[in-house]
Amino acid sequence: MNESRSAVRDDAPATTAKSRPDDPATEALIDAGGAHVVGRAVTINKSAAELYRYFRDFTKLATFMENVERVDVLDDLRSHWVVMAPAGRTVEWDARITEEREGELISWASEDGADVANAGRIEFRDAGARGTVVTATIAYDPPAGTIGKLVAKLFQREPAIQARRDLRRFKQLMETGEIATAARTKKQYDEEKA
Amino acid sequence: MRALTWHGKHDVRVDTVDDPEILNPRDAIIKITSTAICGSDLHLYDGYIPTMQKGDILGHEFMGEVVETGPKSTLKKGQRVVVPFTIACGSCYHCGKHQYSACDNGLPADNQDIAQELYGQPMSGLFGYSHMTGGYAGGQAEYVRVPFSDVGPIVIPDGIEDDKVLFLSDILPTGWMAAENAQIEPGDIVAVWGAGPVGLFAVQSAFLMGADRVICIDHFPHRLELAKKFGAETINFEESATYEALMEMTGGIGPDAVIDAVGLEAHGFFVDNVIDQIKKSTFLGTDRIHSVRQAILACRKGGRMSMPAVYGGIVDKFPLGAFMEKGLTLKTGQTHVQHYMPALLDAIVEGKIDTTFLISHRLPLEQAPDGYKMFHDNQNEVTKVVLKPGLAIAAE
Repeated sequence: MNESRSAVRDDAPATTAKSRPDDPATEALIDAGGAHVVGRAVTINKSAAELYRYFRDFTKLATFMENVERVDVLDDLRSHWVVMAPAGRTVEWDARITEEREGELISWASEDGADVANAGRIEFRDAGARGTVVTATIAYDPPAGTIGKLVAKLFQREPAIQARRDLRRFKQLMETGEIATAARTKKQYDEEKA
Repeated sequence: MRALTWHGKHDVRVDTVDDPEILNPRDAIIKITSTAICGSDLHLYDGYIPTMQKGDILGHEFMGEVVETGPKSTLKKGQRVVVPFTIACGSCYHCGKHQYSACDNGLPADNQDIAQELYGQPMSGLFGYSHMTGGYAGGQAEYVRVPFSDVGPIVIPDGIEDDKVLFLSDILPTGWMAAENAQIEPGDIVAVWGAGPVGLFAVQSAFLMGADRVICIDHFPHRLELAKKFGAETINFEESATYEALMEMTGGIGPDAVIDAVGLEAHGFFVDNVIDQIKKSTFLGTDRIHSVRQAILACRKGGRMSMPAVYGGIVDKFPLGAFMEKGLTLKTGQTHVQHYMPALLDAIVEGKIDTTFLISHRLPLEQAPDGYKMFHDNQNEVTKVVLKPGLAIAAE
């Protein structure tokens, strides 16, 4: 290990590192069990409280998360996710909120028996006149077997791009009250969403 | 409805397509009464702009009558409006700073990837100008869907004809912002490359901002004639050596501010330009920038450069040394149309700015392909083609 390099780690998020982190602590945090990690930040011109409130109602996530077909809220902490997979299939899991701080962050993780073991975390940090910096981190562990291959295809296609697009849609919805579309007709609009 | 659609290089057609519909709460549908062909539409016509798809409806300079509104639109049916070519939300950080062409939310989320890769961050959406700028259908049609109709379109008072206000959609604010970006000080000598619509409006604007002299550079005699009408001195680069002429005309100092209103299809048979042309055809570079090089060389030390001209890609042979050593300042960008519209509408109403001189041809929408061809082939005489969907086709 290169001692001098790990001693002067820069301030950039670990998810933007060009190479695998070489300090054991970071390694353990982002690479637990070989999971893939995606992190993205976006600044939204609304208060943290307002953004938190919208996001905390998981039933609304499908309005801006493209691959999420629906999320059913089971109780205050548990929810059931139905996510689109290739070839018209869906993958499902139950998730539980593992940590939440009003107006600051929400963490959740899938429960045993999930088609895809995954965990997510969204943080809201006040950015003064610019609004709120929203950072999403998603970790997931593709399963083995046939369904695993399908899921891997779905999640690994370009998960970073997917996360970025979902966050942009969240930003559009919060800032403008709608999600931008270039469609001209309802037919085109429905085709785009399908 | 009928609409002008792109099918390939030098191939545009008027097709019948489905009418636009209200899709988002802030949308409005506008029935087009006047729409112009822009010089930058020729970049699409000539196949310079990537991410075009067959069937795309062109046109980003248009106005018309409100015929339908979404629940969150503030427009009312029957109002006449001019629509800015930049699609901006009005509520993000950049819109808050009136940097509308840098709007965060004008592009659909998926279309933002291309611009993010190319430019680092996505820009606002544009009507009828490739999928990199959103893939929005343009206004060279009978109807158009206008997103964010509560913050974009400006309502035109009764009694002011279309031809007087149509250019608020793009080229008038673009010419004005070009002059503003040149940070003109009273007594300045300003040089403007390109006597196209933007260059000519930049000439008018520069004088209104206090320039003492404006020198306009082009090779089309008719266009230089128009510049002269507004008080500019002219250089025809086919007859005179531009740099030498500018130095002589400014007593060896160079212009205080230079404005490049030419853009990525800079004409002129200069050696560096020919090399650029070869590179374009071999995909080694996308933009030809002879006017930029000339402007930087001619500009006085410590002077200012403004670049309203459209560039899309990467260039080489940019004279970075001259730019740095002389300590020049460059300001540029797509126009923040929404910011300039109200004041410029007032200036038109008060008769301070005339825009109608520019229109050389008025055609029915059905003859739009002819309009493109004549604009492309004869830029000396054809200064601006305005399409009128309501106009009857002229008898043969």
